[in-house]
Amino acid sequence: MNTRVSLFVTCIVDQVFPQVGIAITQVLERLGYQVDFPSAQTCCGQPAFNSGYTDEARSIARHFLDVFRDSEHIIVPSGSCTSMISHHFADIFQHDPQLLAAAHALEPRVWEFSRFLLEVARVEDVGARFDGVVTYHDSCHALRELRIKSGPRTLLTKVQGLTLAEMSAAEECCGFGGTFSIKFPEVSGAMGRTKIEAIQKTGASTVVSIDSSCLMQLQGVIDRAGLPIRTMHLAEVLAAQ
Amino acid sequence: MVGVTEGFLVTAREQILGDIRRALGRAAGQPPLFEVAPLGSGELAAPSLRIPRSDGNLFVNLFVQKFENLGGKSFRVRDTSAAVPVIADLLVQKSAVASNSPFLRKCGVTGLPQVHAGFSERDELKKACSAADIGITSVDYALAETGSFVMLSSFNEARLVSLLPPAHIAIFPRSLILANLDQLLSMLPRPADQTSSMVLITGPSRTADIEQILVRGVHGPGEIYAVIVDQD
Amino acid sequence: MKVPETEIQQAINDPRLQLAIYTATGRLIDHRAGVVSAEALPDYQALRDEAHAIKKHTIENLDYYLEQLESNVVAHGGKVVFCRTGEEAADFVLNLAKERDLHMLVKSKSMTSEEIHFNERLEKHHLEAIETDLGEYILQLAHQRPYHIVAPALHLTRYDVADVFTKELGVENEVAIEKQTKLARKVLRQKFLEAGIGVSGANFLIADSGAIVIVENEGNARLTTSTPKIHIAIAGIEKVIPRAQDLAVFLNLLGRSATGQPLTVYTSFLSGPRRESEIDGPDEFYLLLLDNGRTNLLADPEKRQSLFCIRCGACLNHCPVYRKIGGHNYPWVYSGPIGAIITPQFHGINQDTWLPFASSLCGACAEVCPVKIEIPKLLLKLREEVTEVKRRQCSDGLERFAFQLFAWVATHPKIYRFLANLGSIFFPLVPHIGPLKKWASQRSVPEPAKQSFHAWWASRKGSS
Repeated sequence: MNTRVSLFVTCIVDQVFPQVGIAITQVLERLGYQVDFPSAQTCCGQPAFNSGYTDEARSIARHFLDVFRDSEHIIVPSGSCTSMISHHFADIFQHDPQLLAAAHALEPRVWEFSRFLLEVARVEDVGARFDGVVTYHDSCHALRELRIKSGPRTLLTKVQGLTLAEMSAAEECCGFGGTFSIKFPEVSGAMGRTKIEAIQKTGASTVVSIDSSCLMQLQGVIDRAGLPIRTMHLAEVLAAQ
Repeated sequence: MVGVTEGFLVTAREQILGDIRRALGRAAGQPPLFEVAPLGSGELAAPSLRIPRSDGNLFVNLFVQKFENLGGKSFRVRDTSAAVPVIADLLVQKSAVASNSPFLRKCGVTGLPQVHAGFSERDELKKACSAADIGITSVDYALAETGSFVMLSSFNEARLVSLLPPAHIAIFPRSLILANLDQLLSMLPRPADQTSSMVLITGPSRTADIEQILVRGVHGPGEIYAVIVDQD
Repeated sequence: MKVPETEIQQAINDPRLQLAIYTATGRLIDHRAGVVSAEALPDYQALRDEAHAIKKHTIENLDYYLEQLESNVVAHGGKVVFCRTGEEAADFVLNLAKERDLHMLVKSKSMTSEEIHFNERLEKHHLEAIETDLGEYILQLAHQRPYHIVAPALHLTRYDVADVFTKELGVENEVAIEKQTKLARKVLRQKFLEAGIGVSGANFLIADSGAIVIVENEGNARLTTSTPKIHIAIAGIEKVIPRAQDLAVFLNLLGRSATGQPLTVYTSFLSGPRRESEIDGPDEFYLLLLDNGRTNLLADPEKRQSLFCIRCGACLNHCPVYRKIGGHNYPWVYSGPIGAIITPQFHGINQDTWLPFASSLCGACAEVCPVKIEIPKLLLKLREEVTEVKRRQCSDGLERFAFQLFAWVATHPKIYRFLANLGSIFFPLVPHIGPLKKWASQRSVPEPAKQSFHAWWASRKGSS
């Protein structure tokens, strides 16, 4: 096939969960794509933007536009980073016509990973195998800004050996919210614990999401509670064989 | 209420309207602006009214279903002479006040011994309704989709009859049943032209204020009945 | 005001309160979902768009519609009183009561009256204002603020209620909810019949009819507006909608969004004192139109959509933060997401600077708002404003420095990659760094990767 796709791994995957980036690369290559990784990439600017530091976010976003200027397909293993780029860059650049145009030109080329698989690669079964009961957490930006809900579930149900069990509070926020979890740690922790209770009720041993920040939050609360549940990014499950 | 703005005395009214205009960049007496060009007339586009079509039976059956889901009890009778017999049991050992609705007279309700009717003075009516166990009225309309009574305050239908007593019986012809609120508003686009009070009554009075537990009959009637007469 | 940290912690650590909030809001969530589903209300999304459009048009032409409302109220025999402040509204009522030698009035539920401390102002001048909504009545006796826009006594148990009644009404301790309700009915019925003035709020003001609309389930608003000879309605100026027919849009959204009821038990459309032929109803009607800072919100074209709110409470029910911290931990009578966006706009961005940040921006509120207020977007705007203020005041320097540093690193890729390799040195320090300590207290801190993805990729390319 030899279509080139560019990977924007996101700063959290780069620093804390590189295995997600590795998994995505494996899945895409398995499907015949040539994966490109522009090494000057850093961050999308979301942490600064969400905290009200728009100027700082703007400079980071400009850098992003530079790095990915020539990329045809930009694959992102995160719903929140994807929506930052495709929904909020326009807010950031609203007063700069040139950059605004660049941001709008970028939008159709940015793909959250699961959506890329379903809508561009047009595959539902990537030939993965993963034994176990899995439950899926709907990360907020993916669900509400990108309207991603059934896609990841479809991909999961096509994984051999995997049983998907829905939790009652799938759409409730995990409590991360970036600096929210630092400014309001008890509330964030309490929100996380509500999710964990719902996860436990499903009997699942693994929680899957398309956002590593959510998974980090959930794993942190799980480990503090000493529970034998692990969190995995969708890409890691799809890379498993 | 008088205040001072820029050295001139202004009323609260003038200050508020002035503040609004300044905030919006509008001038006094300026007609409203429309972002989306409406269809020619320069008026705000009418809201879409969603009115399902039906044959007579659909509405009455739907009304009964919704009314009873809310906790009301309904009876269907063939004609006006059959109305009194179905409510006879409800009136045993009870006192009732009836509104001045001609339909109630036609059904023979006002002639019953336990029923006090013919009030035209406010304080007497208030006293009678406070003491009565049951209030009997007709309705101006009923709404099928929500199981509601629609009552316009008038000489024929005073407000307090359906409000003060702990039980309320409404007796009305089937032909008054409309589809829903949208249809009511299409037939009655300016209720204020007719009455000072139009009330939609949808089920018995209720609350869930304490521990979210449902209790009926808080301030309004806790028991409601509908007697639907097929033939006027 | 600073973050009420202790109170928030207390709320979170109170299992009974947590269960009460979670199940009460959970029930409201489920009830709403049942009646706005594609089967139950196929036009739900279209109705939301229409509601937003009507509100936008009305707010953008507010002066016109207020004048039309006023002239129609007067045409039906009522009077309109514009009130800049809560004080003016209370003074009007006090003067009227004094004129007529009245010392008690009955009140139906009105968040607007809570906003202006109406009852307290009256009581200071010995005019008794008796709440008649069951939840509000209990709170009045208990001297507490409402916990939720629609379900004010969410946080109280039947035992709390029993104790309040015993203490304030001198009755035997009775925990059966039905009996408590019957008692309140009996006590308040007397008040309805005696009161010379009834004060209500209004859910909508109808410009083309000179009318107000009140929705309720108990019947206390009907009584408040029917038995006393004088009816006074207090409403914010933003409550106006152009036509009675617009109720087809709003009434199909309000009850469903608030409690899952297609219509509440009583929907009253009231236009002034009783007409000549009518037997009962008030002789006099006064509509108090309240500004109290609303005109300030009008000035900002992006944020004025905050005034579209129809006070359904759906955003509170769906907010994961509200569901943990509860209504009393918000600084104002309006809590939850709507409270978070209007409080800084009414009270000034310098007060309660923490409030716009007390959100994970999950967007659940915007998803359920019947008038499509873009709450997360407004929270982000407010965050930007707070940060600007702090920049000018030179406060919160550490945080600003951290973000400036982060931005610098993120725009210098070589430095970024270099620091990434040092990540494993810095991360273990996290639990010990001041602001991050508390974050770390709630969860296990993740470990940085031994090898960043950048490094993995570079090594892979090298080997191929």
